[in-house]
Amino acid sequence: MTDPGMPQGPGALEGLRVVELCDELGMFAGKLLADMGAEVVKVEPPDGDRTRTYPPFVDDEPGPERSLYFWHYNTSKAGVTLDLGEAADREQLRALVDRADILLQSGDAGADLEYESLRETNPGLIMVTLSPFGRGMPREDEASTDLTILAGGGPVWNCGYDDHSIPPVRGGGNQGYHTASHFAVMSALVALLYRDESGRGQHIDVNAHAAANVTTEAGTYTWLVAQETVQRQTGRHAGVNPSMPSQVLCKDGRHVNTGIPPRRPEAFGAVCEWLRTAGLAEECLEFPLLEEGMRRKRFDMSMLQQDEELMAIFGAGRAAMNFLAERLTAYEFFTGGQERGFQIGIIYSPEEVLEDPHFIERGFPVEVEHPELERTVTYPGAPYQLLGSPWRIRRRAPLLGEDNERVFAELSGDAE
Amino acid sequence: MAQALSHLRICDFTGQLAGAGATRFLAAFGAQVIRIEDPVNQGRWDILRGMPPYVDERRGVEFGGPFNNHNVEKLGVTLNLRTDRGKELLRQLVAVSDVVAENFSAGVMERWGFGYEELQAIREDIIYVSNCGFGHRGPYRDFKTWGPIVQAVSGLTFSSGLPDQPPAGWGYSYMDHTGAYYMAIAILMALRHRNRTGEGQWVDLGCTEAGASLTGPAMLDYTVNGRPLRRQGSPNSNRSQFPAMAPHGIYPSREEDTWVALSCRDERDWEAFGEVTGEAWTQEGPFSDLRGRLVAEDALDELVAGWTRARGNFEVAALLQGAGIPATAVQRPQERIDQDPNTEAWGLWPTVKHRDMGDVRVDGLPVHFSETDWRMERGGPCLGEHNEEVFGGLLGLSADEIASLTEEGVL
Repeated sequence: MTDPGMPQGPGALEGLRVVELCDELGMFAGKLLADMGAEVVKVEPPDGDRTRTYPPFVDDEPGPERSLYFWHYNTSKAGVTLDLGEAADREQLRALVDRADILLQSGDAGADLEYESLRETNPGLIMVTLSPFGRGMPREDEASTDLTILAGGGPVWNCGYDDHSIPPVRGGGNQGYHTASHFAVMSALVALLYRDESGRGQHIDVNAHAAANVTTEAGTYTWLVAQETVQRQTGRHAGVNPSMPSQVLCKDGRHVNTGIPPRRPEAFGAVCEWLRTAGLAEECLEFPLLEEGMRRKRFDMSMLQQDEELMAIFGAGRAAMNFLAERLTAYEFFTGGQERGFQIGIIYSPEEVLEDPHFIERGFPVEVEHPELERTVTYPGAPYQLLGSPWRIRRRAPLLGEDNERVFAELSGDAE
Repeated sequence: MAQALSHLRICDFTGQLAGAGATRFLAAFGAQVIRIEDPVNQGRWDILRGMPPYVDERRGVEFGGPFNNHNVEKLGVTLNLRTDRGKELLRQLVAVSDVVAENFSAGVMERWGFGYEELQAIREDIIYVSNCGFGHRGPYRDFKTWGPIVQAVSGLTFSSGLPDQPPAGWGYSYMDHTGAYYMAIAILMALRHRNRTGEGQWVDLGCTEAGASLTGPAMLDYTVNGRPLRRQGSPNSNRSQFPAMAPHGIYPSREEDTWVALSCRDERDWEAFGEVTGEAWTQEGPFSDLRGRLVAEDALDELVAGWTRARGNFEVAALLQGAGIPATAVQRPQERIDQDPNTEAWGLWPTVKHRDMGDVRVDGLPVHFSETDWRMERGGPCLGEHNEEVFGGLLGLSADEIASLTEEGVL
């Protein structure tokens, strides 16, 4: 049943009780906790969470148990259904929250739960509310999606192409939701460590628009520090001043990022050796200049504008890297360059990562059983390896109401 | 206000953003984060020391804007680990620390004699968190990365782009930020585990794995349905992938290089869009349901762009928001930092005091705690700024000893 390669043993959050009442903004936070061993109970309405209707679906057939979106974001969680319009079900929810360490909330369901009231019966409760703009903030009532969070919050301004007649780009994968969820988890854990010392719970407000704003690196601090505005560039950092292109299309139709070109004599030596080994030295017009670079005692980049030969050598190094990239496959270029000390990267599509030998050897692709479909499905694995208390997918996402009986029986057991 | 993590001490070798961003978060909640820097190369193992942007014309290792931003609320000491005395002092520091954090290339700490086993010999329950591009085990353990390389290999660069164009990628080191978030999460989880069990551990964090874990639905579409993201016309990341929505995109507005993002989540939003725009084409057959809009999405986008192009981007956003439709100007840095009432009201850009740079605004945090909120007042540390506080106050060295160790080049 269990893959022998899968790490065993209790996760770091074993014994932690979490109730999740989240839409797509916060449900990733629940997954991060659940895959580390927390007992996360996901509360859905009787007809199922809205994200069960999100594509992609198994074999492209819609159905509440077939959404791969739902599958991914709800691994390791238990699932219960409650009709929060019904008083009896609201009491069940209250009982669940009364025995929880953490309540995660985003979206409409549970939006009326007040921390001040919940703490009366559970003073150690840590409640985390995720919202697009923060509670009580001026733009609180604005509608949003991942796209508008990233577009209004800063990231989109930085991303796109050198040609500014092409729209700027939102990076894929709902990263605006992810960033808010990352802050929700970091914050919940800080509050948990404080509670371990003090016994006190608290409420935490997470603001997705603010999270995007402070996850924008130089775009932000260039304005804060120097009041200058960065401009987007194809496949590289937005900058106040333009930089040289760094993506090359390889022989096999995939791109690589060529990184920082050689600027030390040893690096020029490595390029020369690489060209010779690949049988491309004679074809490479820059080869004599590369050898010159190899013979230079030192490379003072600050002299680039004054020293014409240095400029020519530096340009030759960049050209040689592009020349190699165009004549090799992306994977040959990536590993060949890295083995020679160059910080370069293959631009994988997500599915290609799962087939890379490094990721496989580290156990990144993991197998998860879906017994009702008689299928074993490969999922993305651990974002971090806590070697003494491992990450692990405990179970596939819950079927609708799958854990009602067990969870509610435990609740009535607690009450007795 | 109480500080949530004031009971914790972190021996901090992190740098740049991928590492420094993690301990920055913990320091803002009161953890005592002690940055160890090399006096010989003036702390330049963190390449951001001394890097632009600058607040004024002054240059040098005390004037790097990004370094200050990423190291607020930390203490800074210098320690020459080439010397035996330096190593001895580090052992003393580790002995009184809860966590050792670093983001060097794999193998650096071992070469200095401070790998996990050695750290554990100094303090049994130490938590050691290493963070690098490919982790400390596996075929690529010696490969080197920085943000854009991590993003390339993890699938994130490819996931950002438009059809018939090369990957647009991320115009900044998204994975330096996010690698730091995973590092902070890992540190906090390991501390929780220690609280429960008394056990420390080693966390082997590889940023490319953290990045790859952020493309889950696309991966499952491949492993379950055999549909790769690398296919004709894909990706188009301005469109909504999951769930399906249309229109959903980034459209031009009246002034040059100004843009507005909007999305109609459902039929209610689409009807409201028709009312706000008053455009006849919104009522036409092909666009009457989501399926039709998705089939004719190129044509739809042209028509939407025709409407937005005649207006200002903030004007379009306000009109649509007035009808409950998600929309926003693609905000420039100045617009979101200095002119957005929401970031102002949140207190998102605190001013810290740096010893040499003076008052500088920095990134705040997008969270507020009811009992133990974060605090950012002190700027990034200057080289050795807290040598007396740490080596004197914490480790008990006398002023004379500190002076002579400084003289000898140990500090």
